[in-house]
Amino acid sequence: MLTGWGRTAPSRADVVDVDDASLAEAVASAGARGALVRGLGRSYGDAAQNAGGTVVRLASPTRGIQLDTSTGLVTAHAAVSFDELLRHLVPRGYFVPVTPGTRFVTLGGAIASDVHGKNHHVDGSFGNHLRSMSMLMADGATVELTEESDPELWWATIGGMGLTGVVVEATFAALRIETSRCVVDTTRIDDLDALLATMAEGDEQYRYSVAWVDLLATGKHLGRSVLTRGDHASVVQVTGHRDPTAYGPRMLAAVPPGVPNLINRASVKAFNEMWFRKAPRRLVGEIQSITRFFHPLDGIAAWNRVYGRHGFLQYQFVVPFGAEAALCGVIERVARSGDASFVAVLKRFGPGNPGPLSFPMAGWTLTVDLPAGARGLSELLRDLDDRVLDAGGRHYLAKDSHTTADSIRRGYPRLSEWQEARHKADPGRLWISDIARRLELIG
Amino acid sequence: MRNALDEPQTIVVLGGTSDIGLAIAAALSGPATRHVVLACRDVDTGTAAAAALDIGPAEASVVAFEATDTASHAGLVDDLAERFGDLDVVVLAFGVLGSQATFEADPAAAAAAVTANYSGAVSVGLAVANRLRTQGHGRLVVLSSVAGERVRKANFVYGSSKAGLDAFAQGLGDSLAGSGASVLVVRPGWVASSMTAGLDPAPMATTPEAVAAAVVKALRAGRRTIWVPGTLRLVFAVFRHLPGPVWRRMPIR
Repeated sequence: MLTGWGRTAPSRADVVDVDDASLAEAVASAGARGALVRGLGRSYGDAAQNAGGTVVRLASPTRGIQLDTSTGLVTAHAAVSFDELLRHLVPRGYFVPVTPGTRFVTLGGAIASDVHGKNHHVDGSFGNHLRSMSMLMADGATVELTEESDPELWWATIGGMGLTGVVVEATFAALRIETSRCVVDTTRIDDLDALLATMAEGDEQYRYSVAWVDLLATGKHLGRSVLTRGDHASVVQVTGHRDPTAYGPRMLAAVPPGVPNLINRASVKAFNEMWFRKAPRRLVGEIQSITRFFHPLDGIAAWNRVYGRHGFLQYQFVVPFGAEAALCGVIERVARSGDASFVAVLKRFGPGNPGPLSFPMAGWTLTVDLPAGARGLSELLRDLDDRVLDAGGRHYLAKDSHTTADSIRRGYPRLSEWQEARHKADPGRLWISDIARRLELIG
Repeated sequence: MRNALDEPQTIVVLGGTSDIGLAIAAALSGPATRHVVLACRDVDTGTAAAAALDIGPAEASVVAFEATDTASHAGLVDDLAERFGDLDVVVLAFGVLGSQATFEADPAAAAAAVTANYSGAVSVGLAVANRLRTQGHGRLVVLSSVAGERVRKANFVYGSSKAGLDAFAQGLGDSLAGSGASVLVVRPGWVASSMTAGLDPAPMATTPEAVAAAVVKALRAGRRTIWVPGTLRLVFAVFRHLPGPVWRRMPIR
């Protein structure tokens, strides 16, 4: 049985482990329920599941990464993880152009979800840095794809949830860095209005910016948060640190299987209080490791188990600038419900890219974890969905596990354009997933 | 596909005019529900029931279904999947209670009731299970009865059909292990419904709504068997082991 990272709505599929040589055959022998490729299973909902059909897991080859130091271009196998990419690139003075909050995603998954990071307001999402893809099509042919060669298919694939074909290899532009450290400014902010104002004013001066919001705080503390902003450190800034390009993240702990739900109002409240209090009121120029700044949760293996057998949802949406009232309404509503787990993440997006299903667009994006077993969750989510959609916002498919086909149609007005491009690439409807069935993505 | 809150997209009630079946459909319907399909013998009654059903934004449909026409069942399930997509929850809610006195006077009528309650359920249950296995997900909810747990002389024809159904459903559930699909066997006690209208309530009587609430909870928890109310499990654990002479003299109808 397969689930996403949220451990909800399991379904059974024929899981086939393949390498590049056996991929085409495994896909061709899929039955009426179609096929899908799965990476590291970090999308939260049912995006990497295919109930009753074939799910292909592509093996990552041993020499899967080539860095061209004259151009800064990286060509890597789609099954290569960001963990492997960073271990290869950072000591050589390069960084991935965009990283999500975990390094345990594959390159293929990053393209399928068009992932974004703390630098979206400056650099856009991962697809903006992609130069070419090698893709297995539904008819068995392998095509070399660039934005120029087939813009329709290119942008349908970026953020296309793996439903246009199997990306086997991709080339992207890496970011030159001097060190493996980040220089970070931290500010503790007491309420929501101050947070939005501070972010709107100062974000442009930083490559990376994100705020962690305590969604259990209410009243005058509503939206109290810790804002961290920074950039890669230069060699000068890390003078005195040993080996400026050293990079070797380690696992610190693991959550064992079968733990009961540890997330309740008391535990979350205590955690958030501790976390808010321990943050400095204002700290400038702190040197942090890449792992601490970008991937703090990756040190704890299987942290998704702390929600017990019901699992959890990660609710992420974006509303355009100007819809701050809706954003505040959502935050207030979640705070009132008391269901939010740990700190939520608020981030300002820059403009989106041409991908019809690519999630980011200019505006505010908020991410909040909610235990799936919480009472009244269905009503809460419906209320939040209405607020988001009425404000012209939308939901992130890589996170979604609850919303409806109507919500997606409203949030992604170019869905039919994507469906046409997809249909051209796969008229026989080979590529399919549980999320595609649930949200009626394939027209 | 059901979502992370276990809200089904498509619900099918076999025996679509059954009070318990309708209550389960209403209780399971959420914001994500697209279709509620009532499969019943009498389409007109089903249409009226569909109109009265509170299922939010979901669309109610009525299709013809005859439990005793076992040859039609596989085709019916195929049609349902063709028309409504993956079947997330199928509720097997049909059944006839009949009258023990009538059955004893008319053995052919008894056989007809048993055919509907048991053979019909076997045939459509297998057809549904095949579909769910193909899908790799889905739940079949089977309305059994405590009447089948230890059969009473006052309604042993009905009770024996439910005993058979209960055993069949348990075996079917076991056969689906590892397929992604599963079976929930529901054993209600005496339920105040149109099936029991005019009869005196038995002790620990319950309502269709209470059965529905218990079913929703059990599906979320991934249970395989439930009793409604739950205390009946203990009561029947005792009843099952009473010596025959005592059981025959029990003052229960």
